[in-house]
Amino acid sequence: MDRRRFLAGTAVLAVLPLAPAAATPDSMAAAISRVIGNAGVTEGRVALDLPPLIENGNTVPLTVSVDSPMTAADHVKAIHVFNEKNPQPNVFSARLSERNGKAVVGTRIKLGDSQRIVAIAETSDGKFWSASADVIVTLAACLEDLT
Amino acid sequence: MSAPRVAAVVAIVFMVSYAAAQVGGDKRRSGYRDMGEALQKMQDDDTANPGMLFVQLGGELWSRKAGTADKSCADCHGEASASMKGVAVRYPAMARDGDRPLDLEGRIDLCRTEHQKAERLAPESRDLLALEAFVARQSRGMPIAPPADPRLAPFRAQGAALWRQRQGQLNLSCAICHDDNAGKRLAGIVIPEAHPTGYPTYRLEWQVLGSLKRRLRNCLVGFRADPWPSGASDYVALELYLMERAKGMALEAPGVRP
Amino acid sequence: MANVLVNAPKSAKRGAIVEIKALILHPMETGFRPGPNGTIIPRNIIERFTARWNGAEIFSMDMSPAISANPFVSFFAVATESGTVRLRWTGDQGFAVEEQVAITVE
Repeated sequence: MDRRRFLAGTAVLAVLPLAPAAATPDSMAAAISRVIGNAGVTEGRVALDLPPLIENGNTVPLTVSVDSPMTAADHVKAIHVFNEKNPQPNVFSARLSERNGKAVVGTRIKLGDSQRIVAIAETSDGKFWSASADVIVTLAACLEDLT
Repeated sequence: MSAPRVAAVVAIVFMVSYAAAQVGGDKRRSGYRDMGEALQKMQDDDTANPGMLFVQLGGELWSRKAGTADKSCADCHGEASASMKGVAVRYPAMARDGDRPLDLEGRIDLCRTEHQKAERLAPESRDLLALEAFVARQSRGMPIAPPADPRLAPFRAQGAALWRQRQGQLNLSCAICHDDNAGKRLAGIVIPEAHPTGYPTYRLEWQVLGSLKRRLRNCLVGFRADPWPSGASDYVALELYLMERAKGMALEAPGVRP
Repeated sequence: MANVLVNAPKSAKRGAIVEIKALILHPMETGFRPGPNGTIIPRNIIERFTARWNGAEIFSMDMSPAISANPFVSFFAVATESGTVRLRWTGDQGFAVEEQVAITVE
C-alpha cells in the first residue's frame, strides 16, 4: 500500500467517534520542533535498525547508531526517537558524551500500528542529523481476551 | 568465560541440538523458525531475553525456604543444574501414586503442598512461572522425551481427541490450523505447527512470561470458544498429546514468541 | 521486588569500548490501555534510566510510554578506570531501583 493512500486511510480512522487520540505526522513534527528549535536537520550519519516486518508491536527491538568519532571535541550529545501513530509522539531521549566511545543505543519499543519512526541525533557542534524508517506491524491471530 | 562468549556457546549448543533433531528428514518446525530474525536473536541472547528475568527469579526462589516444613527446593533437590536436568522434557507425567497426569506446574504445586507444607502458588503467578522457567532452563537443548508410562495412554488419547475436535463459533479444531494449514499465513503471520518447544514463553502479546495453558486459552478465545475452566484436565491432556507430537524436538527455555 | 539483569564485562583493557546491557522487570503500563471494565489502566512507567561510572554519568535515557514492558537498554562506555558502574531506574509511583556491577580495568 503506498504511503499517500495509507495516510488517507488513517485520516478517516481518526474521525471515528471511539478512536483514541493518537499522534499524527503533525504532532510528530511538533515534537521534533520542540527538540531542534529553529535549527535545520540533515538526513544522514544516523542509522535506524528496526525489523521491517514486526510480528507484535508490543516489543520491537530498535538500535540507533550514529557515525561519530565520539571524542571530546566531536561527539553525539543526544539521540531522540519519535513515532508517528502512537498515542503520543515521543519514544525516548538519550544523553551521550565522549565517555560512550560509540554512539549506539539499543532498546525495545511499542508500536501501535504500521508507521514511520524518526531518529534525530544532536552533535556537540549544535547540528542535528536524522534517519527514518517505515515499519509494518502485524499481529498474531489468537490473542487474549482481557474481559 | 565472558558473558558474550557464554551466550555464544549457549547459542551454538542450542543450534547443534536443534539441528540434530532435524536430522533424518525430520521436517517439523519449532515456532522459533517461523519468527523473524530479530525475535530469534532476542530468544538466543541470555543477556537480552526477557524470560531470563523470570529464570533469575526462579533461581532465587529455588533456594528460598517456604512453608511450615521450612524447606527450600534446594534442600531436597540440591543443585538444579544437576537434579532438574531432563525433567521439563518428560512432563506431563504421572506422580508415583497419582491418578492423573501433572504438568510441570502441577508437579511444583505438589512439592509445595506435600513436601514444603506451603500453600499452592496461584496459577499463572509470577513465582510459579519463575520456578517453572528455572526448571525448564535446566533442560534447554534437550530432546522432548515423553515418558512411556502406560498409565498416560488414556489421557494422551483424550488430548488427541481434543486436538481434532471442532469448537467455538468459528468451528475450528487445532488440527485444521496447525496440521492442515501450518506454514500458510493468517492475519499476516505464518501459522506455526504449534509444538510446545518454547514453554514457558515470553509472549510479546502478554509482555510477560506465560504458560502453555495460557497460550491454549488464547487459541480457544481465538476461535470464539469458551476457554476450558482453569484447572480442567483438558489442558494437561492436550499438552500430553502435544509433547508426544513434538517428541525429539529440542526444548527452548525460555522461549520468546510474538 | 526489583528484578534486574545487568550484563557488563568483569574486566576490560583501559580505553576499550565495552557494551553494557540491562533488563528490568516492570509493566510499563502506558496509561492508554482500557482495562476489563472499560476504564483506563493508570500510567505506571519508568521515566528515567541513568548509568554512572565511579560517580560520573556516562549515559541516561528519558523513557516514554512507548518503551516496551520489561525495558531493555544497551549502550557503550569507554573503560577508563576500575570501579563501579551504578545503574538507576526511577519512575511513576515512587519507583526507584539501583543496581551496580564492578569492572576491573587493566
